[in-house]
Parts: sequence; structure tokens; C-alpha cells
Amino acid sequence: MTLRMQTALLLVVALPLAGCKREQRRFRETPPAATAANSIVMSTLQPGPAVVETGIRNPYEDNAYAVSEGKRLFDQMNCSGCHSHGGGGIGPPLTDDEWIYGSDPQNIFSTIVEGRPNGMPSFRGKIPNYQVWELVAYVRALGGMQGKAVRTTRDDHMMFKESEQARDQGHPSPTFVPPTSVKQ
Amino acid sequence: MTGWPTFAWRNTLTWCALCCAPLTVACSGFQSVLDPRGPRAEAVAKLHWTLTAIATVVYVVVISALVFAVWRAWRRPPVLEEHQYHETPEQAGAMRRGVIIGVAATVVIMLIFIVVSVSTGSTLAKVGGDKPLRIDVVGHQWWWEVKYDDPDPHNIVSTANEIHVPVGRPVLVKMTSTDVIHSFWAPNLAGKKDLIPGHETVTWFRADSAGIYRGQCAEFCGHQHAKMAFYVVAEPRLEFEKWLDQQRSEAKTPTDSLTQAGERVFLSGPCAMCHTISGTGAGGTIGPDLTHLASRRTIAAGTLPMTTGNLAGWILDPQSIKPGVKMPPNQIDPQSLQALLAYLGTLK
Repeated sequence: MTLRMQTALLLVVALPLAGCKREQRRFRETPPAATAANSIVMSTLQPGPAVVETGIRNPYEDNAYAVSEGKRLFDQMNCSGCHSHGGGGIGPPLTDDEWIYGSDPQNIFSTIVEGRPNGMPSFRGKIPNYQVWELVAYVRALGGMQGKAVRTTRDDHMMFKESEQARDQGHPSPTFVPPTSVKQ
Repeated sequence: MTGWPTFAWRNTLTWCALCCAPLTVACSGFQSVLDPRGPRAEAVAKLHWTLTAIATVVYVVVISALVFAVWRAWRRPPVLEEHQYHETPEQAGAMRRGVIIGVAATVVIMLIFIVVSVSTGSTLAKVGGDKPLRIDVVGHQWWWEVKYDDPDPHNIVSTANEIHVPVGRPVLVKMTSTDVIHSFWAPNLAGKKDLIPGHETVTWFRADSAGIYRGQCAEFCGHQHAKMAFYVVAEPRLEFEKWLDQQRSEAKTPTDSLTQAGERVFLSGPCAMCHTISGTGAGGTIGPDLTHLASRRTIAAGTLPMTTGNLAGWILDPQSIKPGVKMPPNQIDPQSLQALLAYLGTLK
């Protein structure tokens, strides 16, 4: 085997390593500083010199496990009570990238922690910071702002086609016509 | 020289006996199918021993026949060429008889197996006894939610990982799951039954003698599948009624300043987002109901015995005890933690 072939083979073998971050599961988080939210810039309109980069990053950006945990928390912390699985209801929909209080990770973080006028409650002290970041990761995935690899799946009831178990059970016969599976 | 082979033979026997001895340990205990304490487990154990006995006889007969055949062939002069071997009519007849007897014995044994297992199945299916106690079990990653049904909603009891039942009364268990498939298995009382999300399954068991039996999730369900245990506490009827009455009561309002502070910590912090303490504002339904936490024997689904120290470790860093568990680590200053522990200790 020539050196070039060996190198090529090594590269091909190493290729799957690129996907590692997606599945990374960190169970014991050192919570990001609690003061993180205070240095977040809410708007580009501000006095003094131009916007200063805060340097705050979501540690879970592009992490599929965090997104799925965020999805679980989105239901369990009753975000879906107002935002209704991202489609909006009492609260605004979250499936686009136009956000009243900013769609950057740190903006969403502070929206959850501080609450916003007209109904968004403040979750400060109620959800640990790392779980807020997981929620941020999920909410951004809802709006299509995460990488393709971690895009979240829709819930069963939001699927275009009904799941197989939920369909009417047909009885097989020579002239069997499968029941229509598309919701009107 | 003559004594030596006997010695070696005896030695081998001793080793065999020593190696097999640990197997008999499994024959009794608080989590063992071979120590049945109810009609369903008994039926299964009986089936198990019947099948094992027949299988052992079959094994011994087959292996003996094999050893005999090898021994006989070894004693005979070897066949030099294939064409020199001619089957006599007597030999052919003997072989045919052998095959017929073998097939007949197999069919008879299979029929016996079918009859025995079908009759066991019918014993398992019939609920043994009147007025079954009805409980709901909901599987979560990684703990068991247990609810005692009652026509009066006020009397519905919700607890976790510990199922109290009266001795001798059948218990009808209605089960489902909120996340993935789990399986309910208390080996001393009954076989496994799966808990399936979006679907209800029903099983029943009856404990015929008082005691504490350990159960375990028997369907791999994620990181902490191994630490998803529960206990069935079978006690005399009166004791059970007393326990149920106690569980129906609301949590006592704390009276001294330490436990009052602890209640404040619980209600103002993240605890109340997931846990319920009836009689207070805490009504979370994601984690176990803590109204009578201190009356339970273990925490974290049978992972640790219920002690103040274990509880403190669990609250501060559950991820080091059960990595992946849904409870997050908590940052609580020492004074608040002591107050919280004192308050949780009052939840009898």
C-alpha cells in the first residue's frame, strides 16, 4: 500500500470523528457564571461606543443530546403551555428567526432567566443555568438556527402523517384498501 | 500408585461442588424467582423445576448414549475402507428402531411441555382472590411512580419506588410509561410485564407472606436502568390500612424556625418545579411526590438507603451518584441545606 493510499485510508477512518460533538453527553456541568445574563446586550441601539462582544457562548450549540434534553424541558417546564410546541398560542411562535428580544443564544438565555413583559415569567433560580442553555439550544433548533445535524424531530401529533399505531386497524382481505393515513 | 487416581477423582469432585455452591445462593432471597412468595411466582417456579428436571433427564440420557457409542466404536477394529462396511439387515432394523424411539420420545416430551406451560399460563392469567387492590404504576427514567386508586380523588395516594400491599389480597397493577419501555419485575411475586408509553398494560400479583421484596426494571431503558429498583412491602392488612391512612394525610406545616426555613428553601428554589408536597404550593409532577419522603426506605429508586447524609449528597450532586439522572445538581449554601434536610426529615 502506498503512503498516499494509507493517508487516504486514515482520513476516511478519521472522518466519523467529526460527528463526536453532536452526541457528547455531559452529565456534570460546572454551571456558567450566574452573572452571565447581566452582561448581555439586548439591542444594537445603545449609548457610548459600539456593541462590545460579550464572549458568552452556549456550551451546547450544535449538540444533539442537549437539544433533546431541551425538548424534554420545554414540555416539563411548561414552555409549551404558551408557546405550544413552537407554534405559538398565548405566547409568540418560536419557529422563525425574528425575535422581539433577540435570537442570539445569550438573548434567549436572558429572556428565559429574566422574563419579559406581557406574560413571559422569570425562571431565575427555578431552572439551573445549564438547563436554561439546553432550552436555548432547543429553541434555536426550533427556529432552524442550529446546524442541520441536530435539527429536532417534530412531536408525533405534529406529524403530517399519523403514526402507524394511531391509525385505524384495517382487516386484511383480498380487496383490502388501506385506510387513508393523511390527516385532513 | 493405586491410590493416586482415586485422589484426583475426589479432587475434581470437590472442585465441582465448590464451583456449583454459589449457584444455590440464588435459591432464596428477596429478589429471586426460586423463592416464590405468591401464586404467580409459585406457578412459574413449578414450571421452571419441571422443565429443568425433564431437560436434565434428557441431557443425561443423550450424553450417556453418545459416550456409549464412542466407547463401542473405539473398542471395535477400525473399518479400513468405506466399501468394506456393509450394514446387515439387523443393524439397519436397530437403527430404524432407534430413530423411531428418539422421535417418539421427543414428541411426547414436547407435548408434556405444552400441557404444563399452557396450564401455568391459565394459572397466571386468573386473578387469584376477590376485591383486588388497584394501583397504578407509571415508569419514568429512572424511577417508579405508584398511585393508589380511590373513588374520592382526595384519597388518591401518590408515592414512589415503594409499593405497600396487604398480605393475601390480590393486587391489580395498571401500568404505563412516560418515556421509554420499562418492565415491572418483582421476581418473588410475579413475572415481568412491560410498561409501554401511550399504552396501558395490566398485571397482578399476590404476596402470601409478609416481607420486603425487591423489584427491578427488566427492560433496558437508558443510562440508569440498573438503578431503577423498587420495593414491595407486604404487611398484614391492619398495618397496610394504617400506612395508607398516613399516606393520605397532607404534609404537616413546619413549627420550628429551622424547618420553616427549610420549607422556604424548597418552595423558592428549583425543587418545587418538579416535586409535589401536598399541603404546600409545590405541585411539580416531573419528579417523585415527596409528601411522605421520610417514610420511604430508600432514595433514588432503591439506589441509596434513606439517611440524612445520603439525601444531602443526592440533592447537591445527583449526577455523581446516578450519572444521567434527570435531577440537576443544586447549589445550596450550607445553612439552607441543613434547613432543607431538617424540613424533608419531617415529611413522614
